[in-house]
Amino acid sequence: MNFDFSEEQYLLRDQARKFLDDRSPPAAVRAVLEDEAIAYDQGLWRGMAELGWVGTTVPEEYGGAGLSGEDLCVIAEELGRTLAPTPFSSSVYLATEALLMAGSELQKQQYLPALAAGERIGCMAVSEGVGVANAASMQTLAIDGVIEGTKVPVADGDVADFAVVLAGPGGGGDPSLFLVDLDDHSVSRKPVEMIDPTRSHVEITFDKAGAEPLGEAGQGWTITRAVFDRAAILMAFEQVGGAQACLDMATEYARNRFAFGRAIGSFQAIKHKLADIYIATELARANAYYGAWALATDAPDLPTAAAAARVAASEAYNLAARENIQTHGGMGFTWEFDCHLYYRRAKLLSLALGGERLWKDRLVSHLEARNSGGEV
Amino acid sequence: MDFNDTPDEAEFRAEARAWLERNAEPKTPGAVYKYKRGEPELIPAARAWEAKKFEGGFAGIALPKEYGGRGETRLQQIIFAEEEADFLIPPPIFSISHGMAVPTMLTYATEEQKQRYVPATLRGDEIWCQLFSEPAGGSDLAGLRTRAVRDGDDWVINGQKIWTSGAHYADMAIMVTRSDPEAPKHKGLTYFFFDMKSPGIDIRPIRQISGYANFNEVFMTDLRIPDSQRLGDVGQGWQVAITTLMNERVSSGIRPAPDFEDIFALARTTELENGPAIADAAVREKLADWYIKAQGVKLIRARLMTALSRGERPGPENSVSKLVSSFRRQEIAHFGMDLLDMGGGIMDPEMAPMRAMYQQALLDAPGGRIAAGSDEILRNIISERVLGLPPDIRVDKELPFDQLPSGS
Ligand SMILES: Cc1cc2nc3c(=O)[nH]c(=O)nc-3n(C[C@H](O)[C@H](O)[C@H](O)COP(=O)(O)OP(=O)(O)OC[C@H]3O[C@@H](n4cnc5c(N)ncnc54)[C@H](O)[C@@H]3O)c2cc1C
Repeated sequence: MNFDFSEEQYLLRDQARKFLDDRSPPAAVRAVLEDEAIAYDQGLWRGMAELGWVGTTVPEEYGGAGLSGEDLCVIAEELGRTLAPTPFSSSVYLATEALLMAGSELQKQQYLPALAAGERIGCMAVSEGVGVANAASMQTLAIDGVIEGTKVPVADGDVADFAVVLAGPGGGGDPSLFLVDLDDHSVSRKPVEMIDPTRSHVEITFDKAGAEPLGEAGQGWTITRAVFDRAAILMAFEQVGGAQACLDMATEYARNRFAFGRAIGSFQAIKHKLADIYIATELARANAYYGAWALATDAPDLPTAAAAARVAASEAYNLAARENIQTHGGMGFTWEFDCHLYYRRAKLLSLALGGERLWKDRLVSHLEARNSGGEV
Repeated sequence: MDFNDTPDEAEFRAEARAWLERNAEPKTPGAVYKYKRGEPELIPAARAWEAKKFEGGFAGIALPKEYGGRGETRLQQIIFAEEEADFLIPPPIFSISHGMAVPTMLTYATEEQKQRYVPATLRGDEIWCQLFSEPAGGSDLAGLRTRAVRDGDDWVINGQKIWTSGAHYADMAIMVTRSDPEAPKHKGLTYFFFDMKSPGIDIRPIRQISGYANFNEVFMTDLRIPDSQRLGDVGQGWQVAITTLMNERVSSGIRPAPDFEDIFALARTTELENGPAIADAAVREKLADWYIKAQGVKLIRARLMTALSRGERPGPENSVSKLVSSFRRQEIAHFGMDLLDMGGGIMDPEMAPMRAMYQQALLDAPGGRIAAGSDEILRNIISERVLGLPPDIRVDKELPFDQLPSGS
């Protein structure tokens, strides 16, 4: 048994940590928060591209580093820890993964090298507003090679060059995926205010935009689910990184803040609170590690591992971020302290690929299918 | 047991309801008052609402008539608050003025001062803020350091307060200071009230995590307060502060949204993958949970009303209501957003249901678990004062204040 990352991966982590501590300090995150005109940290993005992170799992033949999903997990955890305000998840976990999974050889040659180099940015447009997206509710339609409809919220849709769009054929049929150039004159984008302004989101309206099919027709949901499963594992690492950062902040504060003549960390109410965050984070980390293994080995168990990692990580991060504020008392409730940056990000991430309720339901469905020997 | 009002109570409730129906807009699930905290229009609107109640005879319901009150009991006051909660009224800008400053003034101020300040406050002319908390004195209020030094007929104040809600629009303040740093921490405090427009006060807003600035840092440099504005004896500030805190809003009916009705309405109107959210078993389980909490808090208030109608004093049991309500609000906000799935993070009030009530509450709710007794402090109160468990070992009670460990 060796349920751990390799030595090279630990080296990668140290490198990532050093780079991000240096390049994505809280001040850099705040610059994006405070200035609506700044969508993301471009310098940071370029730096990450130069280190080859953006193309981690892209095969070398398409200009990537050809590393495994585990390596990407290592990086994701550090991104989460420092709240790195870049389109990394949209471009890497979603657009790149969708192309790797469903793209034709020509599409891979056309898109992947620029994506892997960070020169082009991709995003994925699935949601159509508040409420659960499903085939029946899908209003965006692709008919005769053009797309009409509105997608919102689309993470990084403002800075992306193209989007992977889920659209139906009309008449309630099964949707398909399409590649749409966002610079097309028939595409309009409007910023949307989100719970976490350090990650920009837009509403995209397609008014007969040219659309190139990605993957088999009618397989849009299946591919989207498979992409989301893989992204859920990567995002779980971001969430674990964020939860750990909250735990570190809270522990440090509890050690130094005095009330009633003693450190507040000497009160059991605070001790137990921090121990509970630690427990939740370790459970999430263990589930995320298992997900990393599933990702790297394309294990049949991946959907279950992904759902478990996502549920555990969403719970851990939301708990850690919420109780980090509580541990800081009034200070935690201020704009100036960083607690709320994590609180906002925790909530955003737990909604980004669909909410906790939905993923719990999926987890149990996978388990049911596994126990009855069936496939999901 | 009888949940019906007595004939007297019913008569008062009907009168209050009729008056409210004439003067305010009824609240429907998901509806919010037209101005939020932080919007400048709110302050004049809140003053006008207090003035209207004053004219209508519904200000200071439990306060003596000679100070502008109605001369009834706390019970009537709660009945009115319950009815008022069914209407769209301004957020409670006046809770510190009416719930803390007025009772403290009535207990400790001179007759002349009561005449001067209490009716004006009830009428909405004067808003008060509470200058208690300091960087070194939050949960441990008696850790405060702002110095008060006697100088002839005046006191000279130097120091800093923090988290002062409404200091930026308040007319008057109540404040606890340290007059004797060599005495044990609870024994060297002295309490004052003063005009917030006095020279020597510098108010700096603090932005909360929502981005609004409702609370402030207040710096005092050689602020002079006449000794006649001292409340209670020199060195008795802790006792006066306890009077203020005991009066901290006893279960007013106001329920900051979203509460059970709002999440119930959201569940009925939101479509999930298999139909309406209200039909989903996981959603129903949460709704059941929140219903028993909302209902429990309401019924605990009924018990409180019973105690009041018998002339008993409310005990620390009320901590239960505050604890349950503030945490529930955070949970409901969290779950309401989750119901909206990938779109749940949208804060734009034009797109998010109920004008982004859930998203805004997510950013506001953490404050409710910290202000007016944090979750942890309230649990300590329940375990020590209700259950009679031994208190925490205190290292700070007997030593002179200036010799206490402070961690810095
Ligand atoms: C929205 C808001 C409005 C406010 N308005 C006002 C106002 O108008 N006027 C005013 O004077 N103050 C106001 N306050 C201040 C409020 O009273 C304090 O924030 C509160 O008392 C907590 O103090 P603190 O912030 O210093 O946190 P600390 O006391 O430093 O607490 C930090 C953490 O330690 C915990 N802790 C502390 N002591 C213990 C213990 N003995 N056992 C277990 N855990 C403990 C706390 O629960 C908290 O989790 C406001 C606060 C907020 C958030």
